[in-house]
Amino acid sequence: MHEIRWHGRGGQGAVTSSKILAEAAFRSGWSGVTAAPSFGAERRGAPITASTRMDREPIRILSQVTTPDVVVVLDDSLLAVANPAAGLKPGGVVIVNTVRPRAELAIPADVRVVTADVTGSALAAGVVVGGQPMVNTAILGSIAAATKLVTLESVEAAIADAFPPGPAAKNIEAARLAFQCTNA
Amino acid sequence: MPTQKTIAATGNTVVAEAMRQCAPDVMAAYPITPQTTIVEEFAAFVAKGRVHTEYITVESEHSAMSACVGASAAGARVMTATSSQGLALMWEELHIAAGMRLPIVMANANRALSAPINIHCDHGDIMGARDTGWIALFAETAQEAYDNTIMSVRIAENESVLLPVMSCLDGFITTHSIDRVQVMDDESVAGFVGEYTPANALLDLENPVTHGSFAGLGGPYFEFKKAQREAIERSRKVINDVGAEFSELSGRPFGMIETWGMEDAEVAIVVIGSTAGNVRHVARGLRDAGAKVGVVKVRCFRPFPFAEIAEALAGLKAVAVLDRAESFGAEGGPLFLEVRSALYDNAERVPVIDYIYGLGGSDVKLELIESVYKDLSDIAAGVEAPAGLVYLGSR
Repeated sequence: MHEIRWHGRGGQGAVTSSKILAEAAFRSGWSGVTAAPSFGAERRGAPITASTRMDREPIRILSQVTTPDVVVVLDDSLLAVANPAAGLKPGGVVIVNTVRPRAELAIPADVRVVTADVTGSALAAGVVVGGQPMVNTAILGSIAAATKLVTLESVEAAIADAFPPGPAAKNIEAARLAFQCTNA
Repeated sequence: MPTQKTIAATGNTVVAEAMRQCAPDVMAAYPITPQTTIVEEFAAFVAKGRVHTEYITVESEHSAMSACVGASAAGARVMTATSSQGLALMWEELHIAAGMRLPIVMANANRALSAPINIHCDHGDIMGARDTGWIALFAETAQEAYDNTIMSVRIAENESVLLPVMSCLDGFITTHSIDRVQVMDDESVAGFVGEYTPANALLDLENPVTHGSFAGLGGPYFEFKKAQREAIERSRKVINDVGAEFSELSGRPFGMIETWGMEDAEVAIVVIGSTAGNVRHVARGLRDAGAKVGVVKVRCFRPFPFAEIAEALAGLKAVAVLDRAESFGAEGGPLFLEVRSALYDNAERVPVIDYIYGLGGSDVKLELIESVYKDLSDIAAGVEAPAGLVYLGSR
């Protein structure tokens, strides 16, 4: 079983993306898929987490992921308030949306970290809501590139299913750009 | 046989889908928190013309259930959904719906009650409503929530029952988690639930009746309550029959309880709702290591499956009951009280320990379940059972 923990902020769409990832995993052939959100104070900007699990067998665990294989960090300001490496399984990976070099990130040196300028990908594709780039769909491309758990094609299909055609095209483009710029 | 499509969806989404397929005449709902997205998604079905339901937006949950009562008494098939404080605000009408024998079907996202404020999962809301006269089915998974919703219509509307049914699923866990669900085609669901013919419709002008009128001193109030008891007792057979028929159609098993590993188990956990998944996961691991552990999941809380529980737990060395609700001042939580009562007539006394867990959405980690099985194996080996209930995982 592969366990993924999301770190985001209220309003960034981590919960939505954890669901789209589950849908993409389902399309990538994983027969056991769950996505469990963790809602706290319903407040924009508050740090939140969400969980996605995938397995070859049906999954019946619905508790929050505490020992992830993959950690997704939607923006690097979260590194100051959350500990993305907490409980990370040996051989696990932390995927961070950042333009800063790996060495500057407050993550222990022995942890595998994959970085990508996901914000840049979202901006380039025009995925902007209320003046803010939305990185939640773009980072699905980075997850596909860094983990190979889901294919880019399944991510695109899952995004297409989650949005009306116009916004879907932009979000798919953002995920493609993030896929390409991820140094896996 | 029905065509079934496998989708990845939340519990709320598939309950809304099941309700659309059951095609109620009326839905009344108060569409803000603590409401669920069930009524939101259903409203979208109405807006798109995918179901022809009179959708009434009201000013409170009290009014929502009042409108449901009125519509159901008039002779309509009625469905709605609620949660937490919303269910609490419906309190008066829950009794009225049951007392007037109205086959309303309502989904409840099981969530905590204030105070302090909390929006997360526990069974405080629904367990508080356990004596309102409603039949109460519980789902572990989104699949069961979908299935229970469809079965609820047949159970409620059965002429020997005519009682409202609550289809309960764990808030923010089953309601909001994406899960794999098999959804049937519309025609098969429509065929299964059938057309609704109300027994005593107020709008049947040829046969005028009155509902819920004064039955005070000297009146038949007492006898009405006895009739409710008899109806919910009759519902046991109907629930099992409808479950068997649905199993045949869907290929998915149904029982008022569901057992795992109980053939030769020495200890067992009794659980209701989504936590059954975690419990079975832990039990499977312990089985692989040779431990004789079992799981009993309760899928119908009202009527309570006394005979089934007594049989399933007979001869065990120790039993744990997991309660996601309090009954302050009682010997234990609501499920514990029922389970221990069910065991009273068994020849051999089994130690039963109550664990209150997961209140206000407190996460049910696998280690907690492992610790319960550890306690049970200790008790089975002769260690004295703890006196009183255990608050599992509290700080």
